[in-house]
Amino acid sequence: MKITVNNKETEFDGTSVSDLAAQLQLPEKGVAVAVNNEMIPRSEWQATPLAENASVVIIKAACGG
Amino acid sequence: MEKLVIAGKEFGSRLFLGSGKFSSNQIMEEAIKASGTEMVTLAMKRIELDDKEDDMLKHIAHPNIQLLPNTSGVRDADEAVFAAQMAREAFGTNWLKLEIHPDPRYLLPDSVETLKATEKLVKLGFVVLPYCQADPVLCRQLEEAGAATVMPLAAPIGTNKGLETKEFIRIIIEQAGVPVVVDAGIGAPSHAAEAMEMGASACLVNTAISVAGNPVEMAKAFKMAVEAGRMAYESGLGAVATNNMVASASSPLTAFLNE
Amino acid sequence: MFSDELEKIDWDETTRKIMSKTDADVRRALAKSHCDVEDFMALLSPAAEPYLEQMAQLSKKYTEERFGNTMSMFIPLYITNSCSNSCVYCGFHVSNPMPRVILTPEQIENEYKAIKQIAPFENILLVTGENPAKAGVPYLAKALDIAKKYFSNLKIEVMPLAAEEYAELREHGLNGVICFQETYHKANYNIYHPRGMKSKFEWRVNGFDRMGQAGVHSIGMGVLIGLEKEWRTDITMMAYHLRYLQKKYWRTKYSVNFPRMRPAQNEGFHPNCYMTDKQLAQATFAMRIFDHDVDISYSTREPAFIRNNMAMLGVTTMSAESRVNPGGYHTYPQALEQFTVSDNRKVGDIIASLKAVGREPVWKDWDASFDHKAS
Repeated sequence: MKITVNNKETEFDGTSVSDLAAQLQLPEKGVAVAVNNEMIPRSEWQATPLAENASVVIIKAACGG
Repeated sequence: MEKLVIAGKEFGSRLFLGSGKFSSNQIMEEAIKASGTEMVTLAMKRIELDDKEDDMLKHIAHPNIQLLPNTSGVRDADEAVFAAQMAREAFGTNWLKLEIHPDPRYLLPDSVETLKATEKLVKLGFVVLPYCQADPVLCRQLEEAGAATVMPLAAPIGTNKGLETKEFIRIIIEQAGVPVVVDAGIGAPSHAAEAMEMGASACLVNTAISVAGNPVEMAKAFKMAVEAGRMAYESGLGAVATNNMVASASSPLTAFLNE
Repeated sequence: MFSDELEKIDWDETTRKIMSKTDADVRRALAKSHCDVEDFMALLSPAAEPYLEQMAQLSKKYTEERFGNTMSMFIPLYITNSCSNSCVYCGFHVSNPMPRVILTPEQIENEYKAIKQIAPFENILLVTGENPAKAGVPYLAKALDIAKKYFSNLKIEVMPLAAEEYAELREHGLNGVICFQETYHKANYNIYHPRGMKSKFEWRVNGFDRMGQAGVHSIGMGVLIGLEKEWRTDITMMAYHLRYLQKKYWRTKYSVNFPRMRPAQNEGFHPNCYMTDKQLAQATFAMRIFDHDVDISYSTREPAFIRNNMAMLGVTTMSAESRVNPGGYHTYPQALEQFTVSDNRKVGDIIASLKAVGREPVWKDWDASFDHKAS
């Protein structure tokens, strides 16, 4: 199915946020994920399903003042 | 030098560093070390799917350093709350530099939204350090809303102009019940020293260090300036000659007391 | 609450600090545009005595910058002398065998009318002793309700109340509260106030926090000079208290008083110290240099020549033609006073003197209708 990750259309085979994290090889630390504008704590990735057209935002650290 | 205490946490250094605009993560890390800072700000960005770049976090994460994620890029209180939650999740800290600047040109903070966001974020358990206008009334309102510090700007971000808002910062320091961190616009160690001499609790410096000819040496210079300024403040500065001391003997106002 | 802050400030250490201030400390304080409490101590200390003239000039300058050439006029009205306290220095002492009066609403209204005959007063200060059963909050509310018809700015000087009670009185038009701590020396406080509600030091000193919490617009403070020999220390404590309140309740404006004790009808209490005119002037100048904006109030306790001369040097509020006994303007013009008034001049004479030194009397600088709380 198709979802968007950081506004980019992405083909996704799994069902949960954890599956997406595995597919993208997200690091253990330093990232946060939101689905449809709601932050999903890492502890809930497993239990949070991703539906067709879900909008996922993934952030990490950047330099800034 | 007195320790700085914010939200119950002690800091040995009164210089906070921004991590933006360094030419490399390596230089940033060296500058952080040279500055002696115990608080470093960082921003957030969306990851690239084919991300291969160096992770900046490992260059600033250190047991002695409090990470201070900022909300740069948000334009109102609701976006700030979302960004704050993402930051808390990603970096494992509830400390937050709240900055809301809808204006992309001067990056000046939106006072109304900043106050609203502070109220919300404090309720959500964040330690909120709001970047704000050098507005004494706003600073009192932020304090009442539960801000852990106030961070008034000295001059527009990145301008290196120094204490353009000096008189207002003086009033803010006089009135504040929380630490006052002078943020934005500090362009030279002398500016930082001046702010500290006035009684500011700390200075947040970024551009002046990151874009200096030699950022590592400049970080050291700021460390010394902040310490010197604080020491001077704690020692009690001497009197500056002013007209206050001029007395006209011609018609004394207090003659009636000798009658 | 301020009692917690006060615990941290040692009386003797503060006295020592004040008495060891040097010429250099005074000069530093004078050169600063904004003084802290340490500077205030220097200005209040004996080391500053040679600088009295410079202090007067500075005090005059700051006062004129902030207040212009104005003098805000008010008049007190004692509505009862009934009191359950036994302040050893006070004429209304519970065991003082004197006729006790609680003015009826009708009598209060007559007093208001009589005051209006004297001069166009708009600022009134209602004063009581402490008798919560018969002259408590409902009684004060009634007096305020009637006062609204005649005056635009209503203040009270009564026993300390609960925050909710101050808030309730605000609904009846209350704008300001004056309360003298009398002294910040906790141990000695109980010697001067041995019995009754007033013996509760914390209740009194934290009353100012409660006023702030209730959003009272104007808070008046004072220490009674004559109680503590180390009056400089007492006034310094008041300066700490003022700064504390200004930080915490920043929407409120503040006034300070330096009431010098005069002999009361209660035989037997002799003041423990006497503040000279020069010292009163020094304290006034020091306060103005310390705080450019605080109202400094001189009552008719002070003699005319002091009031006349100080009117242009830092004082910003004055009473005139005051009667300090209940119903003194109309109902009981001859009754016993709480203390002796020194400045007995008619309002007209006081105004003429103020004008002669370039001060314009202001009768009205606030209207209750500005306050959405007051109906």
